[in-house]
Amino acid sequence: MSAYKIQTHEFDMVVVGAGGAGLRATFGLASKGLKTVCITKVFPTRSHTVAAQGGISAALGNMGEDDWRYHYFDTIKGSDWLGDQDAIEYMCKEAPAAIIELEHYGVPFSRTDEGKIYQRPFGGMTTRYGEGPPAERTCAAADRTGHAMLHTLYQQALAHDAQFMIEYFALDLIWDQQGACCGVLALDMAEGTLHLFRGQGTVLATGGYGRAYFSATSAHTCTGDGGGLALRSGLAMQDMEFVQFHPTGIYGAGCLITEGVRGEGGILRNSSGERFMERYAPHYKDLASRDVVSRSMTIEIREGRGVGEHKDHLLLDLTHLGPEVIHEKLPGIAESARIFANVDVSRQPIPVLPTVHYNMGGIPTNYHGEVVQRVGDDPDHVVPGLYAIGEAACVSVHGANRLGSNSLLDLVVFGRSVANRCAQTIKPGAAHRKLADDACDKALANLDRLRNANGGTPTAAIRLNMQRTMQSDAAVFRTSKTLSEGCQKMAEVFASFEDVKVSDRSLVWNSDLIETYELQNLLYNAVATITSAEQRKESRGAHAHEDFPERDDANWQKHTLVKVDEKGKASFEFRPVHMFTLTDDVGVVPPKKRVY
Amino acid sequence: MAEFALPKNSKIQPGKRFPAKPGAKKVREFRVYRWNPDDGANPRIDTYEIDMASCGPMVLDALIKIKNEIDPTLTFRRSCREGICGSCAMNIDGTNTLACTKAIDDCSGSGVPIYPLPHMAVVKDLVPDLTHFYAQYASIKPWLRTQSAPPAKERLQSKQDRARLDGLYECILCACCSTSCPSYWWNGDRYLGPAILLQAYRWIADSRDEDTGERLDQLEDPFRLYRCHTIMNCARTCPKGLNPAKAIAEIKKLMVERRT
Repeated sequence: MSAYKIQTHEFDMVVVGAGGAGLRATFGLASKGLKTVCITKVFPTRSHTVAAQGGISAALGNMGEDDWRYHYFDTIKGSDWLGDQDAIEYMCKEAPAAIIELEHYGVPFSRTDEGKIYQRPFGGMTTRYGEGPPAERTCAAADRTGHAMLHTLYQQALAHDAQFMIEYFALDLIWDQQGACCGVLALDMAEGTLHLFRGQGTVLATGGYGRAYFSATSAHTCTGDGGGLALRSGLAMQDMEFVQFHPTGIYGAGCLITEGVRGEGGILRNSSGERFMERYAPHYKDLASRDVVSRSMTIEIREGRGVGEHKDHLLLDLTHLGPEVIHEKLPGIAESARIFANVDVSRQPIPVLPTVHYNMGGIPTNYHGEVVQRVGDDPDHVVPGLYAIGEAACVSVHGANRLGSNSLLDLVVFGRSVANRCAQTIKPGAAHRKLADDACDKALANLDRLRNANGGTPTAAIRLNMQRTMQSDAAVFRTSKTLSEGCQKMAEVFASFEDVKVSDRSLVWNSDLIETYELQNLLYNAVATITSAEQRKESRGAHAHEDFPERDDANWQKHTLVKVDEKGKASFEFRPVHMFTLTDDVGVVPPKKRVY
Repeated sequence: MAEFALPKNSKIQPGKRFPAKPGAKKVREFRVYRWNPDDGANPRIDTYEIDMASCGPMVLDALIKIKNEIDPTLTFRRSCREGICGSCAMNIDGTNTLACTKAIDDCSGSGVPIYPLPHMAVVKDLVPDLTHFYAQYASIKPWLRTQSAPPAKERLQSKQDRARLDGLYECILCACCSTSCPSYWWNGDRYLGPAILLQAYRWIADSRDEDTGERLDQLEDPFRLYRCHTIMNCARTCPKGLNPAKAIAEIKKLMVERRT
């Protein structure tokens, strides 16, 4: 493999990805005196955090009664008792300080009459441990909170003089012979040159893999690259069967319409104009958690109460909110609805459909962001040198179903947490681990194969097959039949990658090659997802299995760990759910029936 | 007498034509700028015929269809496809805009011309080099600068003060405005351009920021600020409906006010 020249760069820490989590980690690490580089395939403000709309949760209590313990309870209930309660305690307790920190960085939050940060209700966010009225907990910058946050975090990275390698694509993780991660091999897209970024620690902050599906709110760049890197390195992913469908993607285009619309009083209606959520969630109605609303919508459509020519979608009505609320609180979705659905939201409802939105699963970590694996009897073995944060990770704070506005929180809390951890455990300028001469050979062999791939099936064709399979067989509702057929089909799609054809042979900005790498990453994630779903014989959170409609705590209150080998074959292990807390500030919440 | 001529390799050649499949019902033509630094050839315009019956409504849908089904070497940036990330800024039908929010039906004529953002170095096809643009952004130190110690809770800001940021903070750094500005074309090395000046004003306008004097000092320069000649292309082209020219005028007004 000596044909490929590699430039080596030495850092204390290498962060892969420059979304909310990657940026918070990058300048956090830099500010702790660790020499840090952030490698990103897109300019930081293009990362998909930018598309988050509704807000970021924290029990500030600016708008009424709230307590972080209520937030803790709601998150556990939202997770359908698959979330790790120590990590959830950490996140919810840290939340108020994290929001204040963001405000001090300059995030242009909307304001209350007293000039405090404005907060709105969101699905599954309640008071008094699910007994009180909906909590107003989600801190918002109109309906562009992710954009406001991502730009502010990038500005902070500039203020901290953090180093970025922009439009560099991570090809593979590089390991030493003792199984420690030593950095990442990356391709400079503008030049077509190879760079080995050595780090004492490598942080994967690469986001989700929504593009494994045909219709997703996710950006084209949400291709699960971190998961692909981890799986190709032989690591296990966790809880990959849990894929969140957002209740309100724009019908057809798939673009997101924030849950904040319902937080501000918007209502879902069926073909007879009925507010159907009253039947499914009598107490919180349209503000039940996302898995509940998406299932209810799917049932409405199935039972013939959908709207449109094919009766295949529903309506989100905000005509009663008035132009003032829409202008001040929801200007962005008014623009999206106009552009993508040709709808004036002050007069007409928006056509919507549950749409793939978020991956609860990811690279398993503890609440410090350290990647963990099961090794023998130890379910929490820390992988030396490797960290994961944000949607790429599974801490697990979201369990089987994430609550809206908990993901932006997850990004900043654990981005900060990993920086704090590394400040304690990593010595600036310490010697790097020794690499074997052939440490990059596997990565280079893959590169060589993909660059010159001259099979019969273009990248886009394989991608479309994968997306259609996942869309039809790993959907809102799953059955033993669809899942086993889906596993079979995905195995075939995975195998068809052997026959991939890359047309662009150039070195500079070869997006055909990059898309092929992204497809490879997606394929590993997709196989992990559908096989994990097939083996989980219960219904929990976003995993609704029609042949096993009940939650089965006795047998299945456990995290799935899945590995995918080079042939696309999956194997499984499990980790226990953490039913303990970090401190005595709050008690363990035992499982109970989940009603909204 | 001096003679002026374009460099030889800047001349755009006619390119390939990719006809629609037989039986296509509603054909639309897309004329796309192509240039690959690897092959040493001049830029060219390739023409793709697309059957609109099997294509999404936006120009980005057409570009992706070309890349997926006709020519995988076509190169362009894209990400969110909903007008918030700013990746797919390019010159479409004569105007700088985002391919993802530009409806094909809103393009005039039978063939839709698609070029990279004007007057920027081209990396490949529709991908411009934005390095200098980003460096200019960093040069204005675009972050909250305060002298006072931060309070234990949030800095308070009235609704009215917060409303002053509307029309400013929504900028997505797509560079459509700056690359539509003739003044930026001529003096882009030293003139900051509308996008960056809009960002500069975003911090000046923020009631929480305590460094207005320094920010104005940094802009008090014949090039950085005063190359704006209120041509207004920026406001006309902004795909987010923002008005950078107004922000620039506000900065100029503050400059005058502090002198008097």
